[in-house]
Amino acid sequence: MVDEARITRADVEHVAMLARLALTDDEIEQLTGELSAIVEYAAEVSALDTADVPPTAHPLPLVNVFRPDDPQPGVDREEVLGQAPATEDGQFRVPRILGEGL
Amino acid sequence: MTAVDIAWAVRAGERAAGDVVEEHLARIEAREPELHAFNHVLANEARAAADAVDAAVARGDDPGPLAGVPVALKDNMCTRGIPTTCSSKILEGWRPPYSATVVDRVVAAGGVPIGKTNLDEFAMGSSTENSAFGPTRNPRRPDRVPGGSSGGSAAAVAAGLAAVGLGSDTGGSIRQPAALSGVVGIKPTYGVVSRYGLIAFASSLDQIGPLTQSVADAALLLEVIAGHDPLDSTSIGEPVPLLREVVDAGVDGLRVGIVEELADAEGVQPDVAAAVEQAALALEKEGATVERVSVPSAAYGLSAYYLIAPAEASSNLARYDGVRYGLRVDGPDAATMNARTRDAGFGPEVKRRIMLGTYALSAGYYDAYYGQAQRVRTLIIRDFARAYERFDALLGPTSPTTAFELGAKTADPLSMYLSDVCTVPTSLAGHPAASVPFGADADGLPIGVQVLAPALGEPVMFRVARAIEEAAP
Repeated sequence: MVDEARITRADVEHVAMLARLALTDDEIEQLTGELSAIVEYAAEVSALDTADVPPTAHPLPLVNVFRPDDPQPGVDREEVLGQAPATEDGQFRVPRILGEGL
Repeated sequence: MTAVDIAWAVRAGERAAGDVVEEHLARIEAREPELHAFNHVLANEARAAADAVDAAVARGDDPGPLAGVPVALKDNMCTRGIPTTCSSKILEGWRPPYSATVVDRVVAAGGVPIGKTNLDEFAMGSSTENSAFGPTRNPRRPDRVPGGSSGGSAAAVAAGLAAVGLGSDTGGSIRQPAALSGVVGIKPTYGVVSRYGLIAFASSLDQIGPLTQSVADAALLLEVIAGHDPLDSTSIGEPVPLLREVVDAGVDGLRVGIVEELADAEGVQPDVAAAVEQAALALEKEGATVERVSVPSAAYGLSAYYLIAPAEASSNLARYDGVRYGLRVDGPDAATMNARTRDAGFGPEVKRRIMLGTYALSAGYYDAYYGQAQRVRTLIIRDFARAYERFDALLGPTSPTTAFELGAKTADPLSMYLSDVCTVPTSLAGHPAASVPFGADADGLPIGVQVLAPALGEPVMFRVARAIEEAAP
């Protein structure tokens, strides 16, 4: 199903962007080779005929789980904010998020 | 001393929980510098918990079925106010605002958490070498790995630093270190144990279970932690399986199958294969019938697993973005901050799996890789179902090899992944499996035999495991 999908350096750079990983040049180099070998092995799943076989996402036949809408105490807000790298006015503080064309 | 013995003696007032804790802390002091089983020893907390158990006994109250039993907790289980690292730099300094349900249940049963154990970062690995805080060593032979990813809990139990341990198993992370360290390891049926507060790796596979010195100890600990939890909607509603009362029921009349795809898997050491045959003979002697059986698609388990688990991991680990907890490396904008934080905070294996998973889920490859792996997962479930029409339980090796040397597989990720070849297929099916120590190889390194059972087949699995333990050379 998949041709010898040799992973290129450009593929690795693209996937790193999707995964939000600022990889170094050395990491990109190393991962290009390693991912090719792993994907080649994993692609053995293509050998099985799965026409008409439904996918399994989860081993339990789970449907939506409902419960009564009774308010319960949650985790403590100050305790949670106390773990954050930066907060302001009871909120998480981050660098600017707009204007980068992302 | 086993957990069963400790709990019995403490409840009867014959031993003080405080003394039990001190003995274990003394062994930790003696061996921990060499082994590095723990990321964090909870000496003061353990002493306080033991005092509370002893006070309950003095009052005439029952402290519970785990009274005074020192428990090692894998460091991917949240402990309120106590560092929980997943052996990752990205969670350095984090103190969870809540505890995992398993931790609360252990404490409510009188158990005494004695430390947070080392693991492969985010439970990704088979040797505990992928820890940001350095590897754990095998107590039997310190030049060898203890297995992984629950290598810290396995080593702690094997060295007597804790009476029992909790691990988590996604593709073999309880069973494989149990085999390599010479202890019992149980991966329960998916959904039997709550995962609330277990830091997620691959959510359709992760399950918490015991690492213990004996099958009876595993039955005791699993009964304590099992059962529905409203905080985990994937936890099963059925009542907790009764294990302690069936564990000694024997195997007379049981039908046991040796899975060819596991026994003959690539790289299985001859003495490991021989141990499986010998364990099967022992079961026959006790009245079980044993035959070989084929589960054809199990041969594709590892390939499917290394698409499904990284795909789920890439999604689960998106939460480590430098915003709400743990490490932050600043940048001019949020996306750069996210990417720099993640590159600095994650180790090589975690990055490899995130990249692999993101690739398998990316446009153009989703159906060929992740979709195909999910369909193979269905085939594996069907093939196991067919085998269980004829058999009550199945056997195979746990790990293809015994404990390998530190550094032996770190340069080649694929060779490390092959450590999971015998444990992964049943994980994909969501079924329970146990690893039981059974003899040793020519170098004296422990061998583990794996017992597989259908979903919620823990009672029969424990009977078979107990019979193998009894017959072990």
